[in-house]
This record gives sequence, structure tokens and C-alpha cells, in this order.
Amino acid sequence: MTALPAPETLLAMHRTMVRIRLFEERVQELFLARKLPGFVHVYVGEEAVATGVCAALHPDDYITSTHRGHGHAIAKGVELDRLMAELYGKETGVCKGRGGSMHVADFSLGMLGANGIVAAGCGIAAGAALSAAYRRSGQVAVSFFGDGGINKGSFHEALNFAAVRRLPVVYACENNQYAQYTAIGRTTSVDDLSRRAEGYGIPGETVDGNDAVAVFHAASTAVERARAGEGPTLLNLLTYRFGGHFVGDAEEYRAKEEVESRRELDPIPRLESVLVAEGISNPQALEQVHEAVAEEVAEAERFAEESAYPESVDALDGVFT
Amino acid sequence: MSERQVSFGQATLEAMQLAMREDERVIVLGEDIGWGGSFGQFRGLLTEFGPERVVDMPISEAQIVSASVGAAVTGLRPVASISFVEFTMGAMDEIVNQAAKLRYMFGGQVSVPLVLRASDGTLRSSAAQHSESFEAIFAHVPGLKVVAPSTPADAKGLLAAAIADDDPVVYLENKKIGSSRGPVPEGPHEVPIGEAAVRREGADVTILAYSIMAGHAEQACTELADEGIEAELVDLRSLVPLDLETVLESVGKTRRAVVCHEAWTAGGFGAEVAARITEELFDELDAPVARVGAQTSHIPFSPPLERAVVPQHEEIVEAVRRVTARGRQTAKRR
Repeated sequence: MTALPAPETLLAMHRTMVRIRLFEERVQELFLARKLPGFVHVYVGEEAVATGVCAALHPDDYITSTHRGHGHAIAKGVELDRLMAELYGKETGVCKGRGGSMHVADFSLGMLGANGIVAAGCGIAAGAALSAAYRRSGQVAVSFFGDGGINKGSFHEALNFAAVRRLPVVYACENNQYAQYTAIGRTTSVDDLSRRAEGYGIPGETVDGNDAVAVFHAASTAVERARAGEGPTLLNLLTYRFGGHFVGDAEEYRAKEEVESRRELDPIPRLESVLVAEGISNPQALEQVHEAVAEEVAEAERFAEESAYPESVDALDGVFT
Repeated sequence: MSERQVSFGQATLEAMQLAMREDERVIVLGEDIGWGGSFGQFRGLLTEFGPERVVDMPISEAQIVSASVGAAVTGLRPVASISFVEFTMGAMDEIVNQAAKLRYMFGGQVSVPLVLRASDGTLRSSAAQHSESFEAIFAHVPGLKVVAPSTPADAKGLLAAAIADDDPVVYLENKKIGSSRGPVPEGPHEVPIGEAAVRREGADVTILAYSIMAGHAEQACTELADEGIEAELVDLRSLVPLDLETVLESVGKTRRAVVCHEAWTAGGFGAEVAARITEELFDELDAPVARVGAQTSHIPFSPPLERAVVPQHEEIVEAVRRVTARGRQTAKRR
């Protein structure tokens, strides 16, 4: 067993996971209350993946994200108020309300965008890594994508290209077992997705993606390899989506018992038990984190509610004619 | 003529060399570019600039474009080369859903300064998958600029402008004219995107063309002059943004217009130009705006069939005769 990360790292990871969880739970409520336009895909249950990976990154490293991108954005440091305002379609949102839930981005934090096209970030991350390598910036790019995305040609083209040029990029497959509504076994040729790495001559590793510490260690190793010029790694991070594909999904494609049994593997209590067992924190202190974050989420909601919508005369801003 | 004559390939190579020497953010990615390219348009770049800036890519069109998008949003100015425009269809997600949209979708946080180069047009029975022209597809998408030069000088100048542009530019190079030569300024030369060129002045009809059809139109103008029809030739050069001012000024004067391209007439870019002219000048026109383009068919292999589908100068002459005859009848009725 590898040594635990530093206590401050663990506490920061815990706080990030709670921020994602409470933000997303409130987003679900707001969506069902018809406060949010469009539709939303929430990250509840998968927090350890974004958190463990982003904890292994430098602030100027890059990530590309998915349609289920709020968790990646929060883990990379995007402010909750501007993130919430984006989901409301307000001018104060991270993308001024032009992108919405599926397209949140903050380039000042290296968050190169959630993306509504499955696996689109795989190729973009390779390009960002190509750019970083050429600029000798020392930056690494991480591409988050799902078990659905691993069957897209864009994933395969990106892995081959990143491998042949030994680019500083990490492919983090957030394997939540379902490609939208279809269980992975029905669509995917291998059970262990890390084996896909073999075809590209790069390391692949399967990790318990609900164990934030295990994710952090695996990501740290992959990021160090990337930064050292040794090329890409494929991480198969096993996790589970507590909710449906989107908020409002009737979830007829999976048994309630399956969901219940997987909820028992909730990554947040799991990390909390480590923090308590190691004497890094205690139940009262952990509860205070939840309370403080709940207030932060409420503040983000107030900020979004009070913010103005964009003016319709500005609809063509950001595009030439 | 004392001016030096160089090919499109050489002209665009010069634009690449100058841009890469001037700005180290400029890189080029594509298949077979280290080898030099079909028209010599990349010759020597690998030797001069090295494999980090001249990136020989796998046959992965989607990855060529997505790597370019990733490089563009992190500070570089990539030129993505796709050898045949048909192959861009394998990268349409990256072109349309990523390159074109990111600046808008992310609220203007970032622009995507990339150039997408691709060769198009019919060349000696290349048949259905290596002969087509897709400018209308790109022009339809907000966020993409589209240029299609007809002379080596414009090829150099528009490529320089495309590389300097902060938004994605689709740069279409016709392969039939790729090895033909023309006068090209030495040293830095930029043609602004969005400016049409009046190639020939005339009072009777305006021919609007671009890429290879501008050359066919010049030939048509010469033949028409022999019949006493003085055509004005406007080479659009940029489709997006379109130099509507020059178009309307010319058609406002001649009152008749023929729009020409090698791409399919149906749903082609000529339909957009015709509509814009009609919207602005309906009351001034002496004849409906005519279109010359390929028939609604895939491009056949067999030479006589290829000729039947794809227009050349004869079709332009015929269309001009049609609109000018119509105009004269109208005048008589008055």
C-alpha cells in the first residue's frame, strides 16, 4: 500500500468532493423545480474521479471534460457562483450563458471545456499536450471521457497519435458502467477497458474510481510519466452514476437493487472514514465542511438568481457574420 | 512580362515559410507533409522547422483537426492540412462542433485560430470521392470563414491572412489549377479576407465566381466580348465573410448576374449569393440571377460523363447569353 497523500491534500480532496456533491444535489432540485433551462447531467457518485485526478495536477495543467462536466469544473477550481449562473443561462456565468451545463469552461484555470460530443475531448487534449510539449511549458493535459466514449473513433485516433508522439497527456476513462442507458457489457469488446491501452503500446491501469486516494495515486503516476516525456497512460476508473443519465431519467434500464448496492460504495463516506481513522479529521469537523459548503452552494444559487440574463441584442457576440 | 511566375504550390509554400519564420506559434499538421505535398506546398518545411512544427500525422483526419483545435486554444496557430476535401467529412464533428463553436459556446473566452486547408474540385477522372467541392457545407456553419483563391497571388495572400486570423478559416485550394502559374509578389503579401476582386469591368452582366471558375469565367468573358457582350467579372475570393458591397455595386450597375461554381448548383453557395442579390436589388434586376454549377449527381469517372456533370466556361457563356437575352426582351417590351 502506497503511503497516504499529505493531510492537507486529503482534506482539500474531501472538501472538493463535498462541493461537487452538494452543488449537484442542489442542481437536481433546481432543475426539477424548473429553475434551469435545458437539461442537466449530474456527477453524483463519481466525485472521487474528478477530485483524485485534479488533485494530481498543477494549476496550469489542462483538462478536457464531458457532457457530465460540473464535477470536473469544480475539481479544477471553477467558482460555484459563476458555474451556477451558467446553468441558469445568466450573463455572469462562466460562458456568459452561451454554453450552459454541457459546455462549461474556464480557460484561465486550464479547464478547456465540458463537451456535448462524446469523446471529443480526447483529441483536443492531445492537441493541448502537443502545444505544451512544443512550448516546453511542462504542462500536462488530462482527458476525461466515459466508458461510452471509449468506443468512439476519436478516442482511438487520439490514443494512437498521443502514443506515437509520446505526448504529455493522461486518458482518464470515467467508467460508470453505462453509456447513456446501455450497460457496458452490451456494447464493448473487452471487460477491462484498460486493455485498450495495449493496442497503442502504452500503460493501462484499472483503478477503483470510488476510492479517491487510489485515483490520486494512479493519476499522480500517470501525470509524472506524462510530465517526464514518457507519454500517455490510460486509466480505467471504475465508478457508478447514482442518478440517471440526465435528471429526470426514469432509469428503466437498471434494477433499483443494483443502484442501492452501489450507493453503499459512496466515495465520500469512504474518504471520510479514512480521514477519521488516520486522525486527520473528526466527525464534527467533517460535518462543519458539509455545512460550510451548503452555505457556499446557497450563495451560488443566490448569485445566479440575482444575476441578469444576457441582452438579446448581444446574441451574436462572439461570432462574425 | 518581367514579373516572376510561380505556381499555387510555390505561392502557398512561401506564405507558410514567411508565417513560420515570423511567428513561432505557427505549426502545420497533416498527412504526408514531411514529404512535401502533392503540389510542393510543404516542400522543405520539415527540414527548416523540424518535426515539432511540421507534424506528420497518421491518416486520422478527425485527429488532425482536433489536435489543431487543442493547439489553437492553448496558444498556437495551427495549419491543418487535409489532402482532399472529401476527407474532411471524417472530421466534421471536429470542424463544425468544435472549431466553429468553441469561441461562441464558451462565451468568447477563447478563439480558435486555425486554418483548415483542403484541395477540392474535379481533376482528370478522380471520380466521386476525390472530385467534389464542399464550400457550401462550410459556409453554412456560423463561426467558419471560407476562402477559395483563383490565382497564385491570392493563394499566397489569402493563406497569409488566414494564418493571421484569430478565427478558424477553411482554405480551399482547387487541385486542377494547383500547378498553374501566375505573377506572385515576393516577400510578405496579404490579401484581406472578405474582399472580392473585380477582374474585368463591363456594363452588360456581372459574372460572380471563385476558385477555378474565376478562370473559366475569364475565358467566357473573352468569348462573350466577341459577341458584343461586355461582362464584369467579380472574383469573390472569400465566401465568408462575403464582400456583399462589391457584389451589389457591380450588379446594381449591370442589372444582371450569373453566379458560378464547380460545386452542385442545388443548395450551393451560388443560391445564397443569388438570394442576397435578389433581396437587395430585386427592383433593379433585368433578369433573374442565374446559377452555373454541377448537376445534381456525384462526379462520374468516365471522362464524357464527368464533363457533362461539371461546368466549364461553355456553361458560363450559355448562362450569360440566357440572362442578357432575357434582359434585352424586357427592354424591348418597355
